[in-house]
Amino acid sequence: MERINDIIIVGGGPAGLTAGLYAARARLKTLLLEGEVLGGQAATTELVENYPGFPDGISGPELMERIERQARFFGLEISAPSMATSIKIKGEAKEIAVEGTKYPAKAVIIATGARPKKLNVPGERELQGRGVSYCATCDGALFKGKKLLVIGGGDAAMEEVLFLTKFARSILVVHRRDELRAAKILQERVFDNKKVGFVWDSQILRILGESRVEGAIVRNKKSGEEREIKTDGIFVYIGTEPNTTFLGNLLKLDREGYIVTDENMMTSIPGIFAAGDVRCNPLKQISVAVGEGATAAISAQKYIEGHLK
Amino acid sequence: MSEKIVQLSATNFKEEVLDSKVSVLVDFWAAWCAPCRMVTPILDELAEEYEGKIKIAKLNVDDNQEIAVKHNILSIPTLILFKDGEEQKRLVGALPKKKVIEELSPWLK
Repeated sequence: MERINDIIIVGGGPAGLTAGLYAARARLKTLLLEGEVLGGQAATTELVENYPGFPDGISGPELMERIERQARFFGLEISAPSMATSIKIKGEAKEIAVEGTKYPAKAVIIATGARPKKLNVPGERELQGRGVSYCATCDGALFKGKKLLVIGGGDAAMEEVLFLTKFARSILVVHRRDELRAAKILQERVFDNKKVGFVWDSQILRILGESRVEGAIVRNKKSGEEREIKTDGIFVYIGTEPNTTFLGNLLKLDREGYIVTDENMMTSIPGIFAAGDVRCNPLKQISVAVGEGATAAISAQKYIEGHLK
Repeated sequence: MSEKIVQLSATNFKEEVLDSKVSVLVDFWAAWCAPCRMVTPILDELAEEYEGKIKIAKLNVDDNQEIAVKHNILSIPTLILFKDGEEQKRLVGALPKKKVIEELSPWLK
């Protein structure tokens, strides 16, 4: 009979792949399950310029492909797409279900990351993929010479605005406050760009269009005034929410749904660890996810060896 | 990639898709699109499993922008099923194989 996995990692972004690299290098039998595409949100980032060791920046997909290659070199087994649907506790062991197949393991590392938040306005769902997008690097090139709206004011929103200026004719940033939250260096770049305009103190009420986006109703929060803005596409960057639905109420979560752990990355259930954007950490960055992935892997090793309760 | 998959361009789009006697599933993709890579193995398998019932084809949207614009491609991967030159079904995003087969079942018989 095949030996059961020491560790199963759920999620193949920076945290999951790094945990896999460390676990496989520690000679633990390790399987990584990725529900969609390896690389996670990082693989949809055009240019990563704050990950140490790459002074000229590196593309998100290339960085993730390199980490994947490094993890596989040490023997990490990867299954994708394999969407985990539940985790059950079977005495000392854990069992992950993926569409009817059950994978037992001695320890589990959850690194399922986060996904873009939706606006939750009429027209958004109907027009997703028809002009409503949550990923400029995925869809931006399809909007050459078009007029776009970008919703949000943080780092991710401004990075995407700068990326979209390569394709779009003009971009209006719709932000609910009267100043940006994004890093100063990004603010300087967007304010300097003549293609970019701003609609302050405003929110989207409704997205208009039949077979594709044609416009949006925007409301000024201070004056209460509502107006229609014509646009060809709407890119939404208003933050993220954790991918924890498959956990049910198994683990302790914080108020926003992120997984609570101790400093060893151990969750409220011994033997289950969490790392990266899915965890209640204060900074959602590749460099943070990588560090947490490494910590989770070594903690899981200690747990399996009986040194961590 | 399966040799059964037809590579489309402006020169053969009409002949291979619009004038095709059998249903054609067209994958609109680009090299920079990570989720598009997930679709490729699924299409390879469909091309083998449903040979004779459906034609599978790929169109690079960077090299063929006019066709992409004409068909309102605003997100990739997008799969469009054409029959008798008309769009019958559109699937946006990288979907699991099971879901693709389910959505396309009327044209796979």
